[in-house]
Amino acid sequence: MSTRVAESPASLADPDELALGLPESYLSAGGTLGSWLTSTDHKRIAILYALSVTLFFFIGGAAATLVRLELFTPQADLVGADTYNKLFTLHGVIMVWFFLIPSIPTTFGNFLLPLMIGARDLAFPKLNLASWYLNVIGGLITATAVLAGGIDTGWTFYVPYSTTFSNTAVTIGVLGVFVSGFSTIATGVNFIATTHLLRAPGMTWFRLPLFVWAMYTTSIIFVLATPVLALTIILVVAERSLGLPIFDPAKGGDPILFQHLFWFYSHPAVYIMLLPGMGIVSEVITCFARRRIFGYDFMVYALVAIAVIGFFTWGHHMFTSGMSPYAALIFSFLSFVVAVPSAIKVFNWTATLYRGQVGFESPMLYVLGYIGLFTVGGLTGLFLASIPIDVHVQDTYFVVAHFHYIMVGATVSAYFAGLHFWWPKFTGRMYPETWAKFAAVLMFFGFNLTFFPQFIAGYLGMPRRYHVYPPEFQVWNVLSSSGAAVLAAAYLMPLGYLTWSLFFGARAVNDPWNASGLEWRTTSPPPRVNFFGRPAVLAKPYNYHPEGAAPLHDEPRIPSQGSLT
Amino acid sequence: MTDPAIATEAPLHAEFLREPWDGLGLPQEEALSYQRFGATFGIWIFIASEVLFFGALFLFYAAVRAEHAEAFATAARETNIVYGTLNTAILLTSGLSAAAASLASEHVPLRRLTQWCLVATATLGLAFLAVKGMEYRDDIAEHLVPGRGFKLPEPSAQLFFGFYWLSTGIHGVHLTVGIGLVARLIWIGWRHPERLPGNPQVEVTMLYWGFVDMVWLFLYPALYLVGRPG
Ligand code: HEM
Ligand SMILES: [Cu+2]
Repeated sequence: MSTRVAESPASLADPDELALGLPESYLSAGGTLGSWLTSTDHKRIAILYALSVTLFFFIGGAAATLVRLELFTPQADLVGADTYNKLFTLHGVIMVWFFLIPSIPTTFGNFLLPLMIGARDLAFPKLNLASWYLNVIGGLITATAVLAGGIDTGWTFYVPYSTTFSNTAVTIGVLGVFVSGFSTIATGVNFIATTHLLRAPGMTWFRLPLFVWAMYTTSIIFVLATPVLALTIILVVAERSLGLPIFDPAKGGDPILFQHLFWFYSHPAVYIMLLPGMGIVSEVITCFARRRIFGYDFMVYALVAIAVIGFFTWGHHMFTSGMSPYAALIFSFLSFVVAVPSAIKVFNWTATLYRGQVGFESPMLYVLGYIGLFTVGGLTGLFLASIPIDVHVQDTYFVVAHFHYIMVGATVSAYFAGLHFWWPKFTGRMYPETWAKFAAVLMFFGFNLTFFPQFIAGYLGMPRRYHVYPPEFQVWNVLSSSGAAVLAAAYLMPLGYLTWSLFFGARAVNDPWNASGLEWRTTSPPPRVNFFGRPAVLAKPYNYHPEGAAPLHDEPRIPSQGSLT
Repeated sequence: MTDPAIATEAPLHAEFLREPWDGLGLPQEEALSYQRFGATFGIWIFIASEVLFFGALFLFYAAVRAEHAEAFATAARETNIVYGTLNTAILLTSGLSAAAASLASEHVPLRRLTQWCLVATATLGLAFLAVKGMEYRDDIAEHLVPGRGFKLPEPSAQLFFGFYWLSTGIHGVHLTVGIGLVARLIWIGWRHPERLPGNPQVEVTMLYWGFVDMVWLFLYPALYLVGRPG
């Protein structure tokens, strides 16, 4: 090699390795746009997804910014009622279907699932590429709805408003969601088949890293819940655009049936948003506490239990829709039950820290924030699962705060934790750690400042989805909007320093964190075929210390034992 | 030592082997049959997904019918049971030819049989759509499209026909996709006859075809037999 390759992010981590005749990294295998857009390499598809997901995140974020600006004062001063409705709908639809649901599975899952189980690629690489196109096409269709005047139904598309009354671009909007659903199902099929069939020798089910379990359980929800949303969307379109009577009460139709169908999908969907983040937390916390995960088996059972029980709690969104008291009681009970495995996970993460050599590197900061925020979100979920409290706070900012603690506080923190943790592996570059730590802390404070006041405002009775409100709520809204500004800064910072690191960051070694997972046993970034030779697995994951003996607190951290050949 | 059953097994073609199945470090024969297993496994998962899709549709039917049992019985008597039954027979026969194609594709000497079974399957599928089209024409002539001028007075009878048009439409779309997939196999068998035997896509396509058949088996009683006892 005559030229130094250090200037290009698209080459091997250690230029000297090239001299050894190692294969080129996945990044340098073709640099043209066409080579990216037609690649069936799971790692490249992950990068494509990362780009589109980031774009959608900032579109959704822009809408949220306008919403928070409007709510700074009790009067309508920035936007009118209609525009406000369209803004929060845009925010919800984009964030749920084009950011949160695809984000972690299609970026980290795509990239890491084969690496973590020692496979060369996903089971169906072409299907994987197709899924990205479906996702982007779906996103563009939904974006067209915005250009066609926007949608004002809220992300829940409740009938009969969405079918009979709304004069906005509902049909286009839901069709975009419909198309992106195919992409989700394709990803689910791919992940399930890959986990079943392409594990490396010795990688038994109970040696799988918890992130892989999280992807597997998420995929099951992808495959079994998404089709119900697809059908529900078809029903809405059939009534709205084809004029078939479906839910119309005037013909004897049943609008509540829509809510059942919608939440039968959407409650499991909140676990689609949650489980992947839980997987990331388990990977990061073990690495930076130099500790085996506490209660591996129960962590697995908890993921499976959440995925399964999550299918049977949807009715808790409908307590005030006039369901029978018996049904309400059962849904309430089941919602309490699904919180148990979530609590198990929180306890086990905390116990993993105990007698660990805990460090405060930036991914770990995000994860510690995650645990706190998820606990608040989960506990308030239990408030809402109690019928008397829910009847009081349904459709108030209390609910908004609850789900933002989980979906944003927890899952987005996990997303950033994973982004920092695996950044060296994805790109072969290190990011500036001080900036990253600062962003992590800022994100935690900004988040709490934004959303904690909403619990109070909601509990005091401030309803959601209005652009004007009584003046006595202003103090909470000013706090919240100020927090949103801090949060926005904290989200923009990684965009800046991570991009900077692509060009100027130090070269990453293969395993900068001394982590135990299989994905670190190859170059950063990995070659097209992922591994040199075929890996075989010899031990359980998180082999950070001998089994049964915690690391000594005052001794230097020992590198992981490596659970493979 | 020529056991005929073994001798006629389809040879597995190297060109069927795809990423990442070619990198498993297995001998080619094993890699191919493992890949084939993977493909069927994948389509089964997809079928599980489809079950939930149609499950939601039937849930909608069940809920509305429970609320309007009378109107549903009246409305269902307006459907054309002759066309419906004819189509059931057509689709079940196509299921037979599809299954035969799937099994035959595993043996080289049965290549022609495979091809003919595929042609029969696609033709029967098209016949189903043709009959469905005639039925739709009659339905429209009889004012069975919900909306103004609907034939029956009860408003909730329109709900039944809302379901009728929607469910047969969705089923028709699935069937059309199936016909397209079968046509693709016919094309392969015609242009590259050697690529038909042992091609894992035959079994995958036929599993999907079988599923679409099954859906009709549930739709048929729900649409045509309600309110027609005895
Ligand atoms: C610990 C388990 C959880 C329980 C017991 C729980 C309970 C509830 C309840 C009862 C509601 C309905 C409130 C109402 O509308 O009056 C609700 C709303 C919501 N929850 Fe949770 N939840 C849990 C976890 C989650 C998770 C993990 C997520 C997302 C990742 C989530 C996201 C949401 C969303 C988006 C809504 C509001 C939907 C809307 O009306 O727009 N929840 N939760
Ligand atoms: Cu829920």
